[in-house]
Amino acid sequence: MEKSKENLIQDVVRRSGVNPRKCMKCGKCSGTCPAYDEMEYHPHQFVYMIETGDIEPLLKSKSIYKCLTCFACVDRCPRGVEPAKLIESIRLSVIREQGNNHLTPQMIPELIDEEMPQQALVTAFRKYTK
Amino acid sequence: MKVSYFPGCTLKTKAKDLDEQARACAEILGVTLEEISNWQCCGGAFTTASDEIATKLSSVRALMEANKKGQPLLTVCSACHNVIKQTNVAMKENPDNFAFRANMNLAPDNYNGEAEVIHYLELLRDKVGYDKIKEKVVKPLEGLKVACYYGCLLLRPSKVMAMDDAENPTIMEDLVKALGGEPVYYAYKNECCGGYIALEDAESAMKKSQKISNNAKAQGADVIITACPLCMYNLKKHTKDVPVIYFTELLAKALGIKE
Ligand code: SF4
Ligand code: SF4
Repeated sequence: MEKSKENLIQDVVRRSGVNPRKCMKCGKCSGTCPAYDEMEYHPHQFVYMIETGDIEPLLKSKSIYKCLTCFACVDRCPRGVEPAKLIESIRLSVIREQGNNHLTPQMIPELIDEEMPQQALVTAFRKYTK
Repeated sequence: MKVSYFPGCTLKTKAKDLDEQARACAEILGVTLEEISNWQCCGGAFTTASDEIATKLSSVRALMEANKKGQPLLTVCSACHNVIKQTNVAMKENPDNFAFRANMNLAPDNYNGEAEVIHYLELLRDKVGYDKIKEKVVKPLEGLKVACYYGCLLLRPSKVMAMDDAENPTIMEDLVKALGGEPVYYAYKNECCGGYIALEDAESAMKKSQKISNNAKAQGADVIITACPLCMYNLKKHTKDVPVIYFTELLAKALGIKE
């Protein structure tokens, strides 16, 4: 494996605090994930692909913006793997690069309505931008 | 009793009623909410990455102020509660890394997660007590069938939030009983409404919200209660069969503050 990719994987894992090797591939995290239908890669696939070093597809996938941070996968994983933290870590690798914000203030007027609470905006900015 | 209070951005704007009802009910129950001075928005979501410091400092600042006053830090909004509590536990559990760096950024101070973080529901259950609330009820809910909706933020991650059994919580149901209502039991009470996905994928939020509302309806609910302005938004926007209100509205009604 080339050096830069190896470093990136190490960064992703270290920052998440997760040990992907604990996963027993039961799929419970994906089974309970409310965003399953919207995701191209599912929580258990994030864990497996990071473990095996296959992270390029994850970095490019829209799935990193579909996770709702509901922590269902974290709570219900029988092995305490905490897949949501790996998904967050991958997303941070992407949006921390300059010019990679997933949401910009210019996009907001189109997306909101009168009733939308401030909470929706601040949370989306926290999750999608740096 | 006095507690430090972090209202958060949405309780000052779109969810003003949640703030007003919470304050008014607390007064009747003998609790004064002292607003944190110059609080800043919690950011709405906790970033789990261990190297994120700046995004957590507004929570740490609020925690430090409550701690200096020797008061618990109270929130009503589910999201503020989730972010502040997760931040506090991270301070406690990572004294050499996260807490050290946060302290260096603020003052520097020497805070290591000592403050107690409580949600308004925990104030009612653990500090005031449901028996005392029962005594204060002037207009019982008369068997109103209430579906208590927790969503995710109040309960998870359960090791950190530790409010209740995350798969079978009863803190809201027990409150409803104390107010004379009848909780209905339904499977989706702790499933996600879609949260902030509402912003860029309204259809996804719609699917999740409808599952919740339909499930509550099938179990005979007259009303759904929530503590979260974003759950409220998603459920109201995408469902119409069962009305959705803040839990504080039921409380205010039962205590005779609100018609
Ligand atoms: S935290 Fe994200 S990945 Fe995990 S269950 Fe929730 S939506 Fe799915
Ligand atoms: S639930 Fe846990 S052990 Fe099972 S596949 Fe998901 S991460 Fe692996």
